[in-house]
Amino acid sequence: MDRNWINNWQRLKHPKPPLIKNIIYAFIFGGLICTFGQLILNIYISLGVPQQEAGNPTVATVIFIAASLTAAGVFDDIASIAGAGIAVPVTGFANSVTSMAIEFRREGLVTGTGSKMFALAGSVIVFGVVTAFVVGLISALI
Amino acid sequence: MQTLRVERKIGRQSVLLEKDVMLLSSATVAGPKESLGPLSADFDRSYKDNIIKEKSFEKAECHMLEEACYLALGKARLSPEDIDFFIAGDLLNQIVTATFCARKLAIPYLGIYGACSTLSEGLSLGAMLVEGGFAKHILVGTSSHNCSAERQFRYPTEYGYQKPGYSQWTATGAGAVVLGTNGQGPRVESITVGKIVDAGVKDPFALGVAMAAAAADTIYNHFLDLERDPTYYNIILTGDLGGIGKKLNEDILAGKGYDIQPNYTDCGVLLYYPHQKVDAGASGCAASALVFLGHFYRKMMAKELRKALLVATGALHSPTTVLQQESIPCIAHAVSLEI
Repeated sequence: MDRNWINNWQRLKHPKPPLIKNIIYAFIFGGLICTFGQLILNIYISLGVPQQEAGNPTVATVIFIAASLTAAGVFDDIASIAGAGIAVPVTGFANSVTSMAIEFRREGLVTGTGSKMFALAGSVIVFGVVTAFVVGLISALI
Repeated sequence: MQTLRVERKIGRQSVLLEKDVMLLSSATVAGPKESLGPLSADFDRSYKDNIIKEKSFEKAECHMLEEACYLALGKARLSPEDIDFFIAGDLLNQIVTATFCARKLAIPYLGIYGACSTLSEGLSLGAMLVEGGFAKHILVGTSSHNCSAERQFRYPTEYGYQKPGYSQWTATGAGAVVLGTNGQGPRVESITVGKIVDAGVKDPFALGVAMAAAAADTIYNHFLDLERDPTYYNIILTGDLGGIGKKLNEDILAGKGYDIQPNYTDCGVLLYYPHQKVDAGASGCAASALVFLGHFYRKMMAKELRKALLVATGALHSPTTVLQQESIPCIAHAVSLEI
């Protein structure tokens, strides 16, 4: 079969991902999650946590909620609608770690959960650190 | 020296069977989503959850395949000792489901990997073994499980991501069929063994398109080898192309002068209702196993359909080859059944 013919068919008749819809949902859900984060932050501040240190417990709380939703089996349903809106904030990171931890539990705590946990999130850590290093270097030089 | 006579090979890719090799019995075991679909009444057993009290999804899949095998044997009034060979395959690495099932059945076992084309590959090999006089009874089985396949081919089951809208849902379930010469059932009339066809598709979510090229190639060669046209069959049934692949298959064959549309459908399109959030339809070994061995086998036994062409399709990629940017090779085998 002619590959070009099939490529052409794909271009003309193959459905495309609904880009505009996905972007709008990502914007709304991402915004809601960040607003929710701000609410938690404000609660911690009102409880007496200094403003500069309130960020860490806030992130931990959001991670805890995302991990719980993953364990309850509803995170993937939300993410199928919210897309990047829930994947880009720390919720996505929490989900990728938790889902791997649950998935590979049967293969053992050390050889399964422990070693597979960061298989999806690992690249975020690696490139996050590399980016931070490069940006740090640039800011030190300027 | 005697020259080898190959009398039953027809054309480039096909064989014509002379003996009455029949599908004596069939059995299907369906998962939760499949049991809520339009064909729920056709399955022998349905489960309401994915893990069915086993410790892992892999064990649950194996449980389903074992159950389907025993059900098929029971319907044919045979015991594992009566079966000469067990031919089976599935989607998992090292075809563990089939192998672990064979461990329990203790029947001489031939493991095959044809991805979602396993049903027609198994039927083809089994029918040829019986035709050749190498076996009296053959058990063919296949299975797939949404969760065990997802974790191997894509992401963990609870990982949240957006599917592109044209992807397919790996069906959960298992099917088994007993082949033999003494009894009632649709007979395997001819077989067209597929070639690997690579349409250059690299997107592992666009398997319907990748496999449609293979399906069209096999169907075209089947018509060519056996000098038939689509009207010969009451129904032409592809394995798991889904809605998009089905359309491409129709378009390719129309371009070659065969209008298959009037009596053509796809197992992947039939297994679920559109509101079940499966995007383009079902995929996996269980798609053709559940739809053909459940639904269409019954229709053939009731003589509502007399001639059917089953073309199960498989995408023969691995997660490694996809990450290494290789395109997806596909295959389709056609089995013509008559009653």
